[in-house]
Amino acid sequence: MSNQKKEPLFSAKNVKLFTTPLSRENPITVQVLGICSALAITVKLKPALVMALSVIIVIAVSNVVIAALRKYIPDRIRIIVQLVVIATLVILVDQFLKAFAFDVSKELSVFVGLIITNCIIMGRLEAFAMANKPWPSFIDGLGNGAGYGLILIIVGFFRELFGSGTVLGYPIVEKLGIFSIGYENNGMMILPPMALIVVGLIIWVQRSGDKSLIEKK
Amino acid sequence: MENILNIFVRSIFVDNMVFAFFLGMCSYLAVSKTVKTSVGLGIAVILVILITIPVNYLIENYILKKGALVWLGEGFADVDLSFLTFMVFIAVIAAMVQLVEMVIEKFSPSLYNSLGIFLPLIAVNCAILGASLFMQEREYHSLAEAIAFGLGSGIGWMLAIVGIAAIREKLRYSNVPDPLKGLGITFILTGLMAIAFMGFMGINL
Repeated sequence: MSNQKKEPLFSAKNVKLFTTPLSRENPITVQVLGICSALAITVKLKPALVMALSVIIVIAVSNVVIAALRKYIPDRIRIIVQLVVIATLVILVDQFLKAFAFDVSKELSVFVGLIITNCIIMGRLEAFAMANKPWPSFIDGLGNGAGYGLILIIVGFFRELFGSGTVLGYPIVEKLGIFSIGYENNGMMILPPMALIVVGLIIWVQRSGDKSLIEKK
Repeated sequence: MENILNIFVRSIFVDNMVFAFFLGMCSYLAVSKTVKTSVGLGIAVILVILITIPVNYLIENYILKKGALVWLGEGFADVDLSFLTFMVFIAVIAAMVQLVEMVIEKFSPSLYNSLGIFLPLIAVNCAILGASLFMQEREYHSLAEAIAFGLGSGIGWMLAIVGIAAIREKLRYSNVPDPLKGLGITFILTGLMAIAFMGFMGINL
């Protein structure tokens, strides 16, 4: 993932900031943040990719902005300040999508707007950017955005593959000739409930591999 | 009237915020450990949604929409402020949450104490912003329709969170595989509940 290790900016600590949210500190499966706007757009891989990219951009940039301003933001109104920064960025992303990728933007419908209330972003601003310098905050934002995007992409991939038999619109199942031996697409995968169940299964797999994540009680 | 009732019922059962659109999942997962707190949060969400939807509806139709400012004079017929939607909606929601918080603190300190930190969190509850955005996207024709939609979505959300909380209370006595405990099984249960709710699909009054 981090191929620019030669730069001193990518110290071991910074690299770790990027990699832990991908697995052990994954925003969705471990910290349980930001599921809201995530799952409805995972029917197909393409909107999931676009959504993941949008979130990465918004979270990284807002982290930098808030980290740069952190000494000047009065404590009492910090939530509003954070919301304004996030909302501005989301408006930019939304207008950009409307201009350059209109069909995807239609597909995502209200969910672009819902990035504003994505708890990952608020959570990272509160927990990290308010207390750290802009550069580590940027990496932290990238990492958390990528961790979120990773889950979206996994869910989107499986739902599209089993639900419609395609990957990024390419009819892979048909080309492999699996239909001819009696395989059929599972229409259930396209419906909303399966997104939840797929995430549940991802959590199961992840926690089976890493026992320390298992919830006590 | 029939139309309004239709919107109301549909937004509770068919277009349920949680089961069909996954909105408000964060607080849905975090606060659904006991029935009591989830009822409190559900009520708070209904309250906030019921205030923000009509306010946002009026703002959308008299200020933001293309040509909405025509009541100011003919010159404003071409003004389109809809790019400001997100900003205005979220500001309205944050302000309303603050207001509801103050009102509840004044009139029902016990409810205020039990809701505690959840109230400010409602400001970033996607169900609220989501309801406003859906309201905008679906272009309801009258204020009454918008209110019916808001009330329905709120009740639907509460129904979902109280339901899952009740199941999770019972779940404590069942033997769940270790890696699935807590979060994993909640996701799968929500999926199963959503499948059950799909039985309502196609309802039209």
